[in-house]
Amino acid sequence: MAETVALKLTAKDFKSDQEVRWCPGCGDYSILAAMQRFMPELGIPREKIVFVSGIGCSSRFPYYMNTYGMHSIHGRAPAIATGLSASRPDLNVWVVTGDGDALSIGGNHLIHALRRNVNLKILLFNNRIYGLTKGQYSPTSEIGKITKSTPTGSADTPFNPLSLALGAEATFVARTIDSDAKHLQSVLRAAAEHEGSAFVEIYQNCNIFNDGAFDLIKDSTTRDAHLIRLEQGEPITVGNLNVVHPEGSFGLKVQEGGTPLIHDATVDDPAYAFALSRLSGSDLSTTPIGVFRSVKRPSYDEIVRKQVLDAKAQATGTPEEMLDGLLNAGDTWTIL
Amino acid sequence: MAAPAKRVERLDRVVIRFAGDSGDGMQLTGDRFTSETAQLGNDISTLPNFPAEIRAPAGTLPGVSSFQVHFADYDILTPGDAPNVLVAMNPAALKANVADLPAGADIIVNTDEFTRRNLAKVGYAVSPLEDGSLDEFAIHPVALTSLTLGALAESGVSKKDGERAKNMFALGLLSWMYSRPFESTLRFLERKFAKRPDLVAANKTAFQAGWNYGETTEAFSVRYEIKPAKMPPGTYRNITGNQALALGLVASAVRSGLPVFLGAYPITPASDILHELSKHKRFGVTTMQAEDEIAAIGAALGAAYGGALGVTTTSGPGVALKGETISLAIALELPLVIVDVQRAGPSTGMPTKTEQADLNMALFGRHGEAPLAVIAPKSPSDCFHAALEAARIALTYRTPVILLSDNYVANGSEPWLLPSVSELPDLRVDFATAPNTDDGKFLPYLRDPETMARPWAVPGTPGLEHRIGGLEKADKTGDISYDPANHEFMVRTRQARIDAIPVPDVDVEDPSEAARVLVLGWGSTYGPIGAACRALRQRGLTIAQAHLRHLSPLPANLGEVLRAYDKVVVPEMNLGQLAAVIRSRYLVDAVPFNQISGLPFTAATLESMLEDVVKNG
Ligand SMILES: Cc1ncc(C[n+]2csc(CCOP(=O)(O)OP(=O)(O)O)c2C)c(N)n1
Ligand code: SF4
Ligand SMILES: [Mg+2]
Repeated sequence: MAETVALKLTAKDFKSDQEVRWCPGCGDYSILAAMQRFMPELGIPREKIVFVSGIGCSSRFPYYMNTYGMHSIHGRAPAIATGLSASRPDLNVWVVTGDGDALSIGGNHLIHALRRNVNLKILLFNNRIYGLTKGQYSPTSEIGKITKSTPTGSADTPFNPLSLALGAEATFVARTIDSDAKHLQSVLRAAAEHEGSAFVEIYQNCNIFNDGAFDLIKDSTTRDAHLIRLEQGEPITVGNLNVVHPEGSFGLKVQEGGTPLIHDATVDDPAYAFALSRLSGSDLSTTPIGVFRSVKRPSYDEIVRKQVLDAKAQATGTPEEMLDGLLNAGDTWTIL
Repeated sequence: MAAPAKRVERLDRVVIRFAGDSGDGMQLTGDRFTSETAQLGNDISTLPNFPAEIRAPAGTLPGVSSFQVHFADYDILTPGDAPNVLVAMNPAALKANVADLPAGADIIVNTDEFTRRNLAKVGYAVSPLEDGSLDEFAIHPVALTSLTLGALAESGVSKKDGERAKNMFALGLLSWMYSRPFESTLRFLERKFAKRPDLVAANKTAFQAGWNYGETTEAFSVRYEIKPAKMPPGTYRNITGNQALALGLVASAVRSGLPVFLGAYPITPASDILHELSKHKRFGVTTMQAEDEIAAIGAALGAAYGGALGVTTTSGPGVALKGETISLAIALELPLVIVDVQRAGPSTGMPTKTEQADLNMALFGRHGEAPLAVIAPKSPSDCFHAALEAARIALTYRTPVILLSDNYVANGSEPWLLPSVSELPDLRVDFATAPNTDDGKFLPYLRDPETMARPWAVPGTPGLEHRIGGLEKADKTGDISYDPANHEFMVRTRQARIDAIPVPDVDVEDPSEAARVLVLGWGSTYGPIGAACRALRQRGLTIAQAHLRHLSPLPANLGEVLRAYDKVVVPEMNLGQLAAVIRSRYLVDAVPFNQISGLPFTAATLESMLEDVVKNG
């Protein structure tokens, strides 16, 4: 991209002057670093990039990016970003949210942004806990989770964020991990290239309140037996097992032998990506990462904007003349 | 056909109420009569009254829908306290409205609907047309349905469509009685049924049959004339408050040169603003029907952050949901217009009835010290100017503004003297384009010394990248700050900048210049209060009237005005919310006068209350 060369931005250009205030060792640091390293690749000038977040540890993110940014209120970032993106198609708008922010208080906005296919890149930092409020269970915590608010174990079944997003008609759904910088950047790249809503779940370690939540798929001794790396056009396998679609079954199965499925994120039927998303539950035993689904559908921004442009194209006269016509429309009468 | 000669009587004013079942088309009938009346140059004020249910069971009291129109040869302020004429399309409509009629009123009833079954539905054991209970009124029994069907016998439309045209028969009859020009109604029918020429013809025939019925039957011996009112010269149209408000927002788009972004979630009685604005995309107006009220204001705020005029329209329950985002807008110091078309609460309350009980919520209903500007329109057409004023304050002073309309002004209508576009306020804004310090830095919270507004630096502006948010920010830099002194400073500054918004002084109307009693109102009570004051003055009593458009900040001269009178009375459609503000703010012993019935004050109610105060202190 010629512009990239012309801009000559580096990761440093995307660091703001604010002191980063996450706990030492928090997974958010690596996500921030990956993002700052990835940004120059976009080839978009900093002023055209906006990060909008809700509330939570993760939602402090915009303060650390030297772009435009808004740290808003709990759960509402997708709604705010929708208004911004729909009215400013020239901007590159990212939403940063947490598992509580996106799936609890803001669940409604998340699903509606996805079904509308607003041109937003939504990054859900999933640490399966409420970090900022000091350790209550979240809508992604495993059932039975013992926390300050659930001393005898949580009673509710967690959401599978990707299944939820797919059920909400998302056109792009992916998952990655805070500690795998290379994978993280590749997913960010794919998300950035997607027209419409891109939903990315990032497994993020909260080393204070939920440390080691994702160790099974991070630790080099266990990782290979549990992590499925989805690659477009490649067979889907985990360790020496294959992911297959048994005849007559609705879902997928991990087994020895058989013909592994070849991954294709562009399959239009969301049932495929949904089946992939169901391979892992809270236990992470067989967890796919990568792009699950990437299909094309006109974005909300595009449709809304076209309606306005079409109406403008059909209009004649200056705005003042048009307004005069509008005010004088209908049954009028004149008093001399 | 040689019509019997009819006596023509001249009247100065008439109040007609069309009442029928929700399915009888009374709103449309009233609307058309109003439009014909406007063409004639009478002054007009209208008040629709309909149930929240879309189709309550037919023929029942809860299903009654009515439309009242007051027209006169002089300028009037209200839709009228009591109808001189009631058109009752069925027994339920008669029963629901008869108590509002003064003795001597005319009642036109559709006798076809006065069947035993329909009478029983509303608890009439005997037909009131026969038991003498209506003796104090002039009853005009008309077999509206069968006459309509008779007129349409040859038309080929179905019986059902024929029956539905009975409202046009009634309109024709009333149009004849009051000598209304009907060309606009015929044109309207052509538009409305453009795809059904048979219905155009049938409805026109029904209208004509109603007109002829008046002219030929002896049941109607008098025809009335109401001369045009003396109104300021210019071009007029009849307009409801919701329409006027929507047009005011379109005008704000044109006069600011900004796109308007409306985020809204449907709610009675505000939805019509969303409907109207969604038709005006050519003005750069984008409307979004959001998933809920919170998303609606969130999207509007997001658009405002991006440099649009962000607007959200709702009613009380919606404002309650928007509270947290309004606070965010206050912290972000971004322009935002929040329209609350008030309805009777609490909770779902009475969605189609009016009230002014959201003033406290508008002024105080947020967490933290969260001041903003609040304004209220005083009449349907004033909603246009109020919308422009809300946009002006929001854009100039970078603050959310709550515009408190209510069901009464939103659905009521009146003639509107059309403004000339070039005379509307200039709302152009300056976006920040360059650093604002000597050393080339950009400080997002460095204020304009005159407006105390911070720069509006929209994403996309090179060199001004910055972060904002709901966390307390340091003065000037906008960085996150927990510093106690800074917080105190910022809280006081946010209040001070709202207090410093210049708003026009409140005017006092007192032709005698000798009044000792001041009646102070706000919002939609302007009409009934004004009518009551006029009536008192005509009877030789003195009274002063002041009316507030700006409720936050209050006009600078208000304290002085209040203190100049022995007594200040504050009528409100709530339990005394403005009165409490006045008492605490100015230590003036303001006397509340309250009605919370879901209906607007009648002028008569206010007149007798004020008479008592003027005479007895
Ligand atoms: C309206 C509202 N309710 C509650 C809170 C308190 N609160 C702040 S963050 C948070 C949960 C955050 O959890 P998550 O979204 O998972 O983010 P994390 O801190 O784990 O990154 C809560 C409950 C708030 N700020 N606003
Ligand atoms: S509490 Fe957890 S999520 Fe929050 S900053 Fe600390 S480690 Fe990170
Ligand atoms: Mg969390």
